[in-house]
Amino acid sequence: MGLKQEDYLASASKQQKVDADMEFLAAPVKSAVDKFQLLPEFLKVRGLVKQHLDSFNYFVRTEIKKIVRANDLIRSKVDPSIYLRYKDVWIGEPSLLESGINEKLSPHRCRLSDITYAAPIYVNIEYSNGSHGQKTFPVEKTLPVVKNKVVIGRMPIMLRSCCCILHGKDEAELSRLGECPLDPGGYFIIKGTEKVILIQEQLSKNRIIIDTDKKGCIQASVTSSTEATKSKTVIKMEKEKIYLYLNQFASKVPIMVVLKAMGMESDQEVVQMVGRESQYGALLLPSIEECASNGVYTQQQALEFLEKKVKRSPYYNPSLDQGGKALVILRDVFIANTLVIQNNFRPKCLYVGVMLTRMMEAILNKDAMDDKDYVGNKRLELSGQLLSLLFEDLFKTTNEEVIKSVDATLAKPSRSSRFDFSQLLVKDNITHGLERTLSTGNWDVKRFRMHRKGMTQVLARLSFIGTLGHMTKISPQFEKSRKVSGPRALQPSQWGMLCPCDTPEGEACGLVKNLALMTHVTTDEEQGPIISLCYCLGVEDLALLSAEELHAKDSFLIMLNGLILGKHRRPQRFANVMRKLRRAGKLGEFVSVFVNEKQRCVYIASDGGRVCRPLVIADKGVSRIKKHHMKELLDGVRNFDDFLREGLIEYLDVNEENNALIALYEGEATTETTHIEIEPFTILGVCAGLIPFPHHNQSPRNTYQCAMGKQAMGNIAYNQLCRMDTLIYLLVYPQRPLLTTRTIELVGYDKLGAGQNATVAVMSFSGYDIEDAIVMNKSSLDRGFGRCIVMKKLSAENQKYENNTSDRIIRPQRDGHDAERMQILDDDGLAAPGEIIRPNDIYINKQSPIDTRSKVSSPAGLEDKYYKPSRQTYKGPEGETAVVDRVSLFTNRNKNLCIKFMIRHTRRPEVGDKFSSRHGQKGVCGTILQQEDFPFSERGICPDLIMNPHGFPSRMTVGKMIELLGSKAGVSSGKFHYGSAFGEPSGHADRVEAISETLVKHGFSYNGKDFIYSGITGLPLQAYIFMGPIYYQKLKHMVLDKMHARGSGPRVMITRQPTEGRSRNGGLRVGEMERDCLIAYGTSMLIYERLMISSDPFEVQVCRNCGLLGYYNHKLKTSICSTCKTGENVSTMKLPYACKLLFQELQSMNIVPRLKLTEA
Amino acid sequence: MAKVPIWDLPDVPKGELPPHLELQRTRVLCNSDAPTHTENIQYSGAYASMGVDNSVRLGQFQNNFKVEVIRVTEDDMEFDMIGIDAALANAFRRILIAELPTMAIEKVLIANNTSVIQDEVLAHRLGLIPIKVDPRLFDYMSENDVPHEKNTIVFKLHVRCERGGPRLTVKSDELIWLPNGSEFPLEAANLTSNSTSKPKTYTSFRCSQDSLPEFSENPIGLKYPDITIAKLGPGQEIELEAHAVKGMGKTHAKWSPVATAWYRMLPEVVLLQDVEGEKAEELKNKCPKPCNVFDIEDVGNGNKRAVVARPRACTLCRECIRGEGWDKYVALRRVKDHFIFTIESTGALPPEVLFTEAVKILEEKCERVITELS
Repeated sequence: MGLKQEDYLASASKQQKVDADMEFLAAPVKSAVDKFQLLPEFLKVRGLVKQHLDSFNYFVRTEIKKIVRANDLIRSKVDPSIYLRYKDVWIGEPSLLESGINEKLSPHRCRLSDITYAAPIYVNIEYSNGSHGQKTFPVEKTLPVVKNKVVIGRMPIMLRSCCCILHGKDEAELSRLGECPLDPGGYFIIKGTEKVILIQEQLSKNRIIIDTDKKGCIQASVTSSTEATKSKTVIKMEKEKIYLYLNQFASKVPIMVVLKAMGMESDQEVVQMVGRESQYGALLLPSIEECASNGVYTQQQALEFLEKKVKRSPYYNPSLDQGGKALVILRDVFIANTLVIQNNFRPKCLYVGVMLTRMMEAILNKDAMDDKDYVGNKRLELSGQLLSLLFEDLFKTTNEEVIKSVDATLAKPSRSSRFDFSQLLVKDNITHGLERTLSTGNWDVKRFRMHRKGMTQVLARLSFIGTLGHMTKISPQFEKSRKVSGPRALQPSQWGMLCPCDTPEGEACGLVKNLALMTHVTTDEEQGPIISLCYCLGVEDLALLSAEELHAKDSFLIMLNGLILGKHRRPQRFANVMRKLRRAGKLGEFVSVFVNEKQRCVYIASDGGRVCRPLVIADKGVSRIKKHHMKELLDGVRNFDDFLREGLIEYLDVNEENNALIALYEGEATTETTHIEIEPFTILGVCAGLIPFPHHNQSPRNTYQCAMGKQAMGNIAYNQLCRMDTLIYLLVYPQRPLLTTRTIELVGYDKLGAGQNATVAVMSFSGYDIEDAIVMNKSSLDRGFGRCIVMKKLSAENQKYENNTSDRIIRPQRDGHDAERMQILDDDGLAAPGEIIRPNDIYINKQSPIDTRSKVSSPAGLEDKYYKPSRQTYKGPEGETAVVDRVSLFTNRNKNLCIKFMIRHTRRPEVGDKFSSRHGQKGVCGTILQQEDFPFSERGICPDLIMNPHGFPSRMTVGKMIELLGSKAGVSSGKFHYGSAFGEPSGHADRVEAISETLVKHGFSYNGKDFIYSGITGLPLQAYIFMGPIYYQKLKHMVLDKMHARGSGPRVMITRQPTEGRSRNGGLRVGEMERDCLIAYGTSMLIYERLMISSDPFEVQVCRNCGLLGYYNHKLKTSICSTCKTGENVSTMKLPYACKLLFQELQSMNIVPRLKLTEA
Repeated sequence: MAKVPIWDLPDVPKGELPPHLELQRTRVLCNSDAPTHTENIQYSGAYASMGVDNSVRLGQFQNNFKVEVIRVTEDDMEFDMIGIDAALANAFRRILIAELPTMAIEKVLIANNTSVIQDEVLAHRLGLIPIKVDPRLFDYMSENDVPHEKNTIVFKLHVRCERGGPRLTVKSDELIWLPNGSEFPLEAANLTSNSTSKPKTYTSFRCSQDSLPEFSENPIGLKYPDITIAKLGPGQEIELEAHAVKGMGKTHAKWSPVATAWYRMLPEVVLLQDVEGEKAEELKNKCPKPCNVFDIEDVGNGNKRAVVARPRACTLCRECIRGEGWDKYVALRRVKDHFIFTIESTGALPPEVLFTEAVKILEEKCERVITELS
């Protein structure tokens, strides 16, 4: 990093000059270049996938203990004195219990040997054994038994989390463990496959959301979520009356009845609570009238009214009904997040009051409506939260099962053995539950009626950037099919939190998002201290307020995580104090304080799943970060956390950003400015960060590149040659881009690049470059440009069978007719690494026992004749010579010997292979020409590829042109140039003027155009040609994997038509539209040939009498109609076999298709 | 252009082109937007109406054609070819790149390779290593030829990185020439042959190559000893044999005897008007450092005038004609029949030999055309 060095030197020299000048030291950082150093620091502290790691760490450290503490006691129903209490829970080191020995696991071993990277969950338990046989008497209590470090299951461990053995390891230690130091972690290894739990986007829980339903009715909804219950409460204005919709009630319920049922009997109080202004009263009036017309005046009447509306379960037993079910619903389900303590429903009433007011404000003024797509109203659910849901469920079911088995044992009349509670703790339930859920991705939590599919995905290992991009992907809350534009549109509140470029094309466009570079996702934080702090800071408790005071004009409501805390008369001051406390570290760094003037509320949030990002704090527009801070950072005496701790930097979430005025650069700050961005390019994510000069491109081009960067071949990881993935694409000579960005350096793309710097001439040439095709130089390809390695995995298992027999691998035959196919086998019966493997070659000489069921006397010493060969042969494309790269042997979960083979194939680019630059400009190789035919410049430079200039006008990828200029200047001056997004003002991107100057200094034209001679005629071209290096990616789509043609070939058994698809060597279908064309053209014989002769012609015998199909009797050599039982009147005709099949299928359904023949 | 009555135009002498046509015929005009008049007029009667004969005449060519060698080193040379058509100059360039044979490693027999670098990649890398041997001493190996001493050069590479030692970089000097041919026995032959006779190997050399007079003095080696072939970690080993054969750049770039060969037309920088005073200074400064085409001449009494001092150094960056009105002062041109030819040899043959070889090949081709025609 040439630039960084210079900066450092410059700042160091300056430092010397004015060391004593304290005034200078106190001056704010002049340019933003200096602040950039915070970014690598930030990433060093947090890592690239910190959101996953933080979430998992929180789960492992805090959440799991909470869950166990909440369900710590299990007691037998038969004998209440028998109990088990969980004292503590923690997660150990990842290990595997193998034949009684705890063996430490390393992630790479798990990958290679298809096992789960998991650690035991330990608990400390205390339980009573009870006495023998008889029911215990409460008097003679036996002392509880204490058992420590009991394993209750195995928890899959997220790589690089605090439980992982990779945690805190340095580069050398990581490589010793077979791990790539640049790998971000944040995923799990389940049965050898790497699984990511996608970040789930959701509407925030426990918050009032005002919006409209399908009919346009305005509603206020709250999705409550507590440890115990999850519910959705909707209050809706329908035909001017306000109703409550709750799942537990069979139909809508008038809200006034609900309020009355909760003890707010006075209509006046209700009106006061909503607001005394006449318009509110007018809106409430119809509801009040309805309530009166229903004859509901008192709490008792209201409860009786509600009782009738309660949904009855189908197997409802009226005798069991104790009444008061409505009250229970109102207490536990209705707005479940406000807790009812000692049947005090007042907070709940006030909550309804706030909901009603918000709703009415929205009715009176449409602007007060909430935006569901607003990022501040969204929460991101991460792996930790999802795992805790799952673990809680599994833990509870385990406990229930324990009770069940305890009760079953206790209920037995006579027990001989000593009863030991701890023996009944089965650990398989949790282990398997976690493993199954993570490997299938189906979250089924019955208690919350949660059935979500596709939550985990196999980590994309196609390219390093693809892996990173996969970790930051956010999967949407909506189904993809919804044709709505709102949630797909780019929200202004996404600024800095979610990448504006990185989204897929097509159906998931705009719904699937990606995190930006600096985004952090919060985890839950303890509410208690915040509540007491708020009361200390002068929040008036809700309980002390009358209904009318709820909306008093002189004070603001204080809400904490959707809970009404009370009121404050000086909200701004309160907010400022809260923020000061946060900056001083007295409050969690991720607690957000947001004053909403419009709603007259102060929202304090400490819940998990909010997105936030760090910003530099400014006092009256002057940055708090001074030069000496940055110097200390560079000297290594200060790190990112110090900046946070000293209140120089803070995290703001989307809501609090609304209270801040954030300047992009220091120079733009005014006195009102409260914060300054660290670096503007951090609004982009990892994938978009690779693009040089993205701010000069048309925006969809950046989006296309984000999708394509994930398909580019290159280096996957440092341990790529030790990995045994099913498919690996590697580039033989990957390079780092000549035109880099800061993001590239931060994420390590310069170390694991996926592309090559190709000298590109932008000109039309040979006609084989139309429609984005590119012309390639054969000599460049000869020298290794675009060469790639494709590795595929083959695997085999040495199976064991029921009767203890097992497969065996034997020495290959060295002569005989199979010897040729066994050439590549070693003496151990396995293909040897380095051997060339051709289609139909045997790569494992395996035999399996013929009899796998019946008992065999000596399973090990079975005679040879009881084995049948079950060799596995390589089925690759004909003509492709692949090489056995590696063979690995391991024992899998079932204690069977497994063998994995990596088959490697090196390919050079050919016509039709797909390439792309970093600007969403993909194209296939149109033709490959000799170097001598290629144009050459005055300096003898010959381009590697030629790109058609028509690619530019419509795509408007100016960034690509600047990349060309910058790379050209880079190669001529011998230094990397930068093209970070929005980087020109801060010096992270070189300006075109500066680049042009460098070009001129090295004797090139300022515009990058060279004087070119034609290689064919030898004469100069009649134009100057824009020529220079551009970073080109080779994409994974290669002709070799796609090309397909067939003459005759396999057919489907049932229809006798040609098979479908390349993998089955299928035919090429003449489809409906092709058929239409042929009809329109009048080529009836061609249709006949295509649809019948070349497909499934079949000769049938048709009875002219009955019109049914007969058969040909080969013995009698006559055709017979089986219905008429004669051979007369039977004609032979041809029809498609599928047609005959249809007739027979119809006949089987008692429909008789009869053929009437006009001829014959 | 101002209108000039036709009778005011100067008389055009017969047998000579008017100056603007002469300029177009002999120069490429490198304007700021695009080069113009790049084409050569081949038609002999193109200027017949003006009484000028445009046909190619051998005698004329013989008189005018000149070759001036500017610089020759071991590996590259620069020379001027004056008085020749672009098509011919280009033919030499194309032949140099694609049709001059060299020896390059084509077949690699890998006995053992435990390094991280894959066999195919290793073979590819070996193929691109230039070999210092005169290809004229060898024959092409056709499909059904057996490798023998006249068509194959065998190298062996056997390196291992000892356990416990540091990592090892395998450089090209580890490739050892085997004048006696392959040392790897053919497996099939091994079984049948008796122990007394030499075991059959992958090559059938009748005699050792170093006994041949052309190699006894001058053993075959690689051009550069410091090309990185592979890197070995502790315990890794490479054992292989590389067979080099004769081939042409057409087939694969590894057989190309030149890194590149190209020409450029002689730059001609013309000051259309006198550039004096500050303007001269500006012009001199406009031209970037490495070129520095212009000089300043003192014309007395403190006046300065720009002169074109080093037109050959012009890289056509067009800085001097950039900006409003500058094209009225400076014209950049290229002389169409003056080629500055550069050959960068990879080391098999010295560049001057390469060029003469190229001439020979062209001659051969011409002869073939003539014989075909007659």
